[in-house]
Amino acid sequence: MRFVFKTDYDQDIRILKHGGYWWSYGVLLAVLIAVPFLVGSYLQSQIVFVFIYAIVGVALMILTGFTGQASLGHAAFLAIGAYVAAYMQKLGVPFIVYFPLAAVLTGIIGAMVGFPALRLHGIYLVIATIAFAFIVEEVLARWETVTNGNEGMRVKTLDLVGMPVPRDSASFYFLCLLVLVGVIVLALNLLRSPTGRAFVAIRDSETAGKSMGIDLAAYKVKSFAISAAITGMAGVLFAHKMTFISPEMFTLLLSIEFIMVIIIGGAFGVHGAVFGAIFMVMVDPFLTALKDDVPVLAASIASSLGMAQDAAGHLRDKMSAIGSAAGLKGAIYGLIIMMFILFEPYGLYGRWLKVKLFFQLFPLYKRATFKRQKTYVKSERNR
Amino acid sequence: MLDFIQQLVSGIALGCVYGLIALGFVLIYKATEVVNFAQGDLMMLGGFFVFTFIGLMGLDYWLGFLFAVCGMAVFGMATERILIRPILGYPQFSIVMATIGLGYFLRSVAGMIWGTDDLKIETPFSAGVLRIGNLVLAHDKLSVIVATVILCAVLYAFFNFTRLGTAMRATSENMLAAYYMGIPVKRVVSLIWAISAAVAACAGVLLAPITFIHSNVGLGLGLKAFPAAVLGGFGSIPGALVGGLIIGVIETLAGFYLPQGWKDVMPYIVLLVVLLIRPQGLFGPSMRKKV
Repeated sequence: MRFVFKTDYDQDIRILKHGGYWWSYGVLLAVLIAVPFLVGSYLQSQIVFVFIYAIVGVALMILTGFTGQASLGHAAFLAIGAYVAAYMQKLGVPFIVYFPLAAVLTGIIGAMVGFPALRLHGIYLVIATIAFAFIVEEVLARWETVTNGNEGMRVKTLDLVGMPVPRDSASFYFLCLLVLVGVIVLALNLLRSPTGRAFVAIRDSETAGKSMGIDLAAYKVKSFAISAAITGMAGVLFAHKMTFISPEMFTLLLSIEFIMVIIIGGAFGVHGAVFGAIFMVMVDPFLTALKDDVPVLAASIASSLGMAQDAAGHLRDKMSAIGSAAGLKGAIYGLIIMMFILFEPYGLYGRWLKVKLFFQLFPLYKRATFKRQKTYVKSERNR
Repeated sequence: MLDFIQQLVSGIALGCVYGLIALGFVLIYKATEVVNFAQGDLMMLGGFFVFTFIGLMGLDYWLGFLFAVCGMAVFGMATERILIRPILGYPQFSIVMATIGLGYFLRSVAGMIWGTDDLKIETPFSAGVLRIGNLVLAHDKLSVIVATVILCAVLYAFFNFTRLGTAMRATSENMLAAYYMGIPVKRVVSLIWAISAAVAACAGVLLAPITFIHSNVGLGLGLKAFPAAVLGGFGSIPGALVGGLIIGVIETLAGFYLPQGWKDVMPYIVLLVVLLIRPQGLFGPSMRKKV
């Protein structure tokens, strides 16, 4: 274990705590840059989705993880970003203009959603964001002159200052990587600034924050605006990746998926957003692979354990029937959410920290280090 | 004018449906401060239970009704024991997520067990209409209105005038203090889940002839009932009924008088406006936090 002896404040708020981090993150970045040259187009495309989900994850982390304001309406912000991109492109506006424009516009709408949040908290805020998302979805379906209604909009190939960037190309991958890295650096810088500390103070105790002179209203609106703007950027990339957008893509279920990203990743650090995004995007191809392989594997194990040939074949058919049943994916998603909340409330990043600490303190690790405090007296009603 | 009254009456019937589901939300919130996002799916499950008892096993309607309600009460208790009790005391949002996960799970599993077709059962209310002058009201809708009003009255009396009801309210205010006062908090919480699941089952059975039974019925209705509960102030039983009525009437009238598309959005717009003016809902108590 490496102890960093801190002698001044600047050292304390440094993003990379010591030189070792330069190495580890440098290697990670190098690997990510090498990926398009190493893997097939399917995997590369999945990784692009990981990047887009991770951008939304970081946005949600700022709002939910650090400011403590729950939102089940982020699919709507994504939709606004995507539709701004599609419409602006149709008008002939270049990418270099509509990309920031989408972020700004989504940010303004996010700030407008943030205003009710000044008076709402907990469950009332959740339902207000759901209501907002429904209204956006309906507007997108009805405002046919701009959004083309339920028929959806085609999105043409991204054109970056005269250079076409097709959705499956390595350059699109690099663009998404660049945006993700930029957003992460922005989030980390935000969190060590006074603004970020104010966010965390609001999450931990509004009353205490207020008595320390934090303007709750201003910071909550800021948090909503920043989170929405980042999601809007992800929306632009999403639109170009999908090449076709329609209102029914941006439903409540997508918002729940985004929340799952940070719950599964661990809602207390930017790492969590990335871990969660990897999990959420990769669980689908993983399940598809399992569906094909597990029944065959189970049958071969059963027959090697002395089961009759036709009984083993029967087992295989039965298992593949269960595997291909409609709706299995939903059941597994539900189970994953419940399991994580019951057994791994700190998410994947929390598990990573636990494993790391276990090796750092090797014989002296105590489980109680990560024990969560339960409170039975906090009444959400008397806030 | 007759059109308006007819729309109003069918809006009230719809509102009672929302109120009935919202009642389940309110019960659990009132006693444990947990918001159960799977309430609509519990209702859906109740519908499938009654289909199994009546449609498949051929039991009498009332007997099937009773079995379904009892079955769901046991199911609610089991859910509380397995999923909710370990995470009670953690931040509210993680419990909300757990119930969202439960909803996902129940929807898919119900679809896998009972198939994805629309199922229907024969009930004593399926046919027949009540006529008052020129006004027409189907019996199945009337049964929902009557049942909602009765359930609301019974539960309101239960919470306000019985020892157990008072114990439940005390639990919701402060679990630790309630425990010190000798209230068996764990049993109270699991009882409230049983009652809430039973109410959901009632809703599921009464709605079976109107909406039919399929695995996604709970999601849509639950999402409409949720604003109803919020509108009424989350912890208030009469509030759930009034909120449900407001949402139902607005939705029906908007569908009749406003252009297409407003029907689904209007309840949410009203909800946002009400929340802006009265953040604690219409009947919610306004309390300030003491430091």
